[in-house]
Formats: sequence, C-alpha cells, structure tokens
Amino acid sequence: MAEMRLIDVKKEILSDNQARAAENRELLRRNRVFMVNLMASPGAGKTSLIMRTISDLQEAFGIGVIEGDIASAVDAEKVAAAGVPAVQLRTGGFCHLDATMISMALQELELAKLDLVIVENVGNLVCPAEFDLGENKKAMILSIPEGDDKPLKYPLMFSVTDVLVINKMDYLGGGNADFDMTAFMARIQSLNQTVRTFKVSCKTGEGLGSWTHWLRDEITLCRGAVPETIQ
Amino acid sequence: MHELAVVQSMLDVVLEHARQGKAQRVQSIVLKIGELRDLVDEYIQSYFDYLSKDTLAAGASLKIERLPVVFLCEDCDNRFPVRLQEVVRIACPHCGGEKVNLVSGREFYIDHLEVI
Repeated sequence: MAEMRLIDVKKEILSDNQARAAENRELLRRNRVFMVNLMASPGAGKTSLIMRTISDLQEAFGIGVIEGDIASAVDAEKVAAAGVPAVQLRTGGFCHLDATMISMALQELELAKLDLVIVENVGNLVCPAEFDLGENKKAMILSIPEGDDKPLKYPLMFSVTDVLVINKMDYLGGGNADFDMTAFMARIQSLNQTVRTFKVSCKTGEGLGSWTHWLRDEITLCRGAVPETIQ
Repeated sequence: MHELAVVQSMLDVVLEHARQGKAQRVQSIVLKIGELRDLVDEYIQSYFDYLSKDTLAAGASLKIERLPVVFLCEDCDNRFPVRLQEVVRIACPHCGGEKVNLVSGREFYIDHLEVI
C-alpha cells in the first residue's frame, strides 16, 4: 500500500488572483494611472461619490470608470453622460469583482489618456474585501444610516481598506440619527491603524474637498513616478 | 457567496502542488483561515467535492483550521482573542485599554496536503 506523505504548500488560497492583480498593477504603473477600488453596501453612495469626484476632477485629469455593480447599467450611462469613458462589466450576478475581470476592462480603456481609474465594485461589504484587483488604493464608503456597528459585522472590509469615506453626514444634523461616532471611530482604529477617513455628504457637498484633495495628491504622485520595470 | 471562486482557486493551487509532488491521490487538504474571512465551511467542502470530481484531489477532505481574531493592547502588550459578532466595544480584558490593534484573523492559506 502506498504510504501517506505530506506536501508543504504554505500558499495563499487566492494566489492566482493575486498574480493577476500584480499584472494589473504593473500595467497601471507603466501608464502612470492611479486606480481606486471603491466598495460599499448598495445605497451607501458609490455612484453619487463617483459623480461628485468626476465633476471636481475632470478638468484637471483624465478619468475612466469601471462599473461592476450588478444593477448598474444605469450608473454606466450616468458616468458616460458626464463625458467620462465607462466600461460596464457583465458580472452576471457575481458578488465581487476579481483581477481577471479588471484586466479585461483595463484593455477597453485608453490608459495612455487617463490619470485616474475608479472601479465601482459590487455593492456588498463581504466578498469584495477578499479580492485584490491591482488597485493603488482601496476605498470604502459607510453611510450614516447603515449604523455604527458595521465594523463589527463586516470587520474584514474595514480592516483592509486604505480609505474610509463616511457618507450622508447630513443625517447626523437632525439629532435623530442613532449613530455613535466616537464608538464607531474606536472600532475603526482597532481594526485598521492606517486608514484615512473622510466625513462627507454627497448631498450637500460637505467634506468632499478633502476627499478630492487626497485623490489629487495620489494622482499627482502616481503621475510623477518614474516607470521602472525592476523594483 | 464567493465560496465557489475561492474553492476553484484553491483547487488549482492544490493540483499544481500535488502534480509537482508526484502524488497519486490527495487525501486531505489543510487550510488555515482566519475568523475574519466570511466563508461557510460546509459550502467550501461541497463546492470542493463538485469541482474536484475528475481530478486527483477527488474525495479529499478539507481540514479547515480556523484562526481566532486576536488584538494586541498598546498599553499592556496583552494579546487577546475577540469574537467580534458578540461585542460592542473592543477593549483589553486585562487593563481595559481601548488602544488595541488587530494582529491576526485574516489568514487565508493552504498549509499542506496529505497525499499518497
């Protein structure tokens, strides 16, 4: 009888996706394009934030959008109407985007003319957190009506994101929103010490300046980076 | 919900290593998965059974070792596990400090295979 033996693996389960993501990252770097992977629950304000960002930055930078939200044919049309090239991914009910889908979408964008690519990920706080797309930064939106307990319910996403946009700040004004900002920020800090937070309202425009300022800085850094093949 | 994609990717890695190691059959696969990963163990096994049907990993059992979510207290260096679904406040049980940092719980890898 054949004897049982062990084969040591010690390899990430999603290593194929990570390899693809690294290819995307390299392609973006060669083209000096900054890509942000935007994740949130349905209704948190992904499309609103994208539209606001486009209108603030489109004069200064070339922007492209990759639409991955399941129900977002409308979103792609909105973006295209703003004069920005948009690629609609047919995710066919998928709960997340992966690096292969992004690689196909990037081929459809004229990267040489772009400085910023915004990926609108599928609307949920679970699956998108697992998949590296090759983005420069991950950003997530949490809107006030979703509640301050979300970091405890969806800790992975809060722990992996580089940027947290707290949207619908205008809901706090009326005094009837049951959202404990202090407790919320403490939970975020425990899960993620390096995250940058922006408090905004896409409705009133409050706080959006600091978000777009941050993006400008990142894009500028990326444009100035000397393309190197070995690093 | 994303278990199918995860299992396909895992199977690819397993088969690659099994072939390299000249295995005739994979008997079990030991996975280390942090509690922060939202995966349902039962789904993983049944997707695996389905996807691995005609491969040398067919019939292999998945041994999923779940690693706890652990925080480190900045004030007293205490390491402590937390069940995030059951708390409202993440604080050190030793000194009560709230300056705590996540140190593990996001693991997601294939540790080793048992083959013949």
